[in-house]
Amino acid sequence: MNGAHDMGGVIGHGGLDAGRDERAVHHSWEGRVNAMMRLLLARGLFNLDQFRHAVERIPASEYLASAYYERWLTALEGLTRESRDETIALVEHRREARFAPGDPVIVRNVYTKRHTRLARYVAGRRGIVESVHGPFLLPDTRAHLISADWEPVYTVVFKGSELWGDEAGPRDHVSIDLWQSYLEEAHEQGRRSPPRAADRS
Amino acid sequence: MSKDDAHHPEPPTDLEARALALESLLVERGLLTTAAVDSVVAKFEQDIGPTLGARAVAHAWVSPDYKRRLLSDAKSALTEIGITEHQAEELIVVENTSSVHNVIVCTLCSCYPWMVLGLPPTWYKSAPYRSRAVLEPRTVLREMGLELPQQIDVRVWDSSADIRYMVLPMRPSGTENWTEDELAAVVTRDCMIGVAVPRVPASVG
Repeated sequence: MNGAHDMGGVIGHGGLDAGRDERAVHHSWEGRVNAMMRLLLARGLFNLDQFRHAVERIPASEYLASAYYERWLTALEGLTRESRDETIALVEHRREARFAPGDPVIVRNVYTKRHTRLARYVAGRRGIVESVHGPFLLPDTRAHLISADWEPVYTVVFKGSELWGDEAGPRDHVSIDLWQSYLEEAHEQGRRSPPRAADRS
Repeated sequence: MSKDDAHHPEPPTDLEARALALESLLVERGLLTTAAVDSVVAKFEQDIGPTLGARAVAHAWVSPDYKRRLLSDAKSALTEIGITEHQAEELIVVENTSSVHNVIVCTLCSCYPWMVLGLPPTWYKSAPYRSRAVLEPRTVLREMGLELPQQIDVRVWDSSADIRYMVLPMRPSGTENWTEDELAAVVTRDCMIGVAVPRVPASVG
């Protein structure tokens, strides 16, 4: 879902100047929340994507105002209320790899209130598949216990200018890991070289 | 509150009270035990932290064969040196060179290679880092005290899936005769996130 948590490239969150906070936890309850989350995940009370979706459903203003483990606490409270501690058998699908290293791809523009790991800053952008991993379970269906979809995950590399236009550093690249369902073939019109932002103008 | 009360515990904050209530409820429902929570807390306080990643880096610096294994199959390479705390996530180690500098971020939550670095620092989980590391990495690094040469490529790794990343920094010059323990001591957490590079203290190097 396109929410406050989806922060890549968002302007207005301030700087990282001296005095930045190096601590991992500030209070002992935070360490206990971290531990409870890991124990419940290992037990299978929820899966990682259900947990992430519970964090993402925190209203935007509250999400931004909350400390990290405060969000985890809110998510755990909700999941504890909702979860029945029973195993639900999901229909499994296995998808063969459609892309290989070097392939140009375009990221789909998925706009959903459900959970996804498709960050909005790469939606619609062209990149190059660098490597293939997995298979891993597709978060979009796992978070809602719809089905168990094993898919390859691709590390896709984008030129800074493809994501951020002319303001990007010419030697900056971003890679992000994307499930196969998030990607489409880039139709190259007879061209095999990597796409450049300038080509779109 | 008078000095006499100093040995009494402070009343819990709202968040502390909520965490306590949640734990009680989960124990009551039989979903976890207080002892299990204690044990995970202790593990993160005592056993899991950046010294693990630093050991792997230092070993890779002295052994080219180990470095190859660390870059091609990080989990096995870590197991080899006794680091076995992995879960479902994959781990990939990415190498800094004289032409590429790597930086790790998670823009969607705060995924982090906890199995080798422990729990992430607050700034890593902060909105400024998560929003800007992909957009203007060089500016972010400069604010954090690392100025990169213009001619070097910057590669930002947004760990959005089930793969975690750790940076293998470059071995600093002037450390040719150092032991692995001495080398590990200059490999800070920030070097393995990619927001710093190892520095040799002036008095030594």
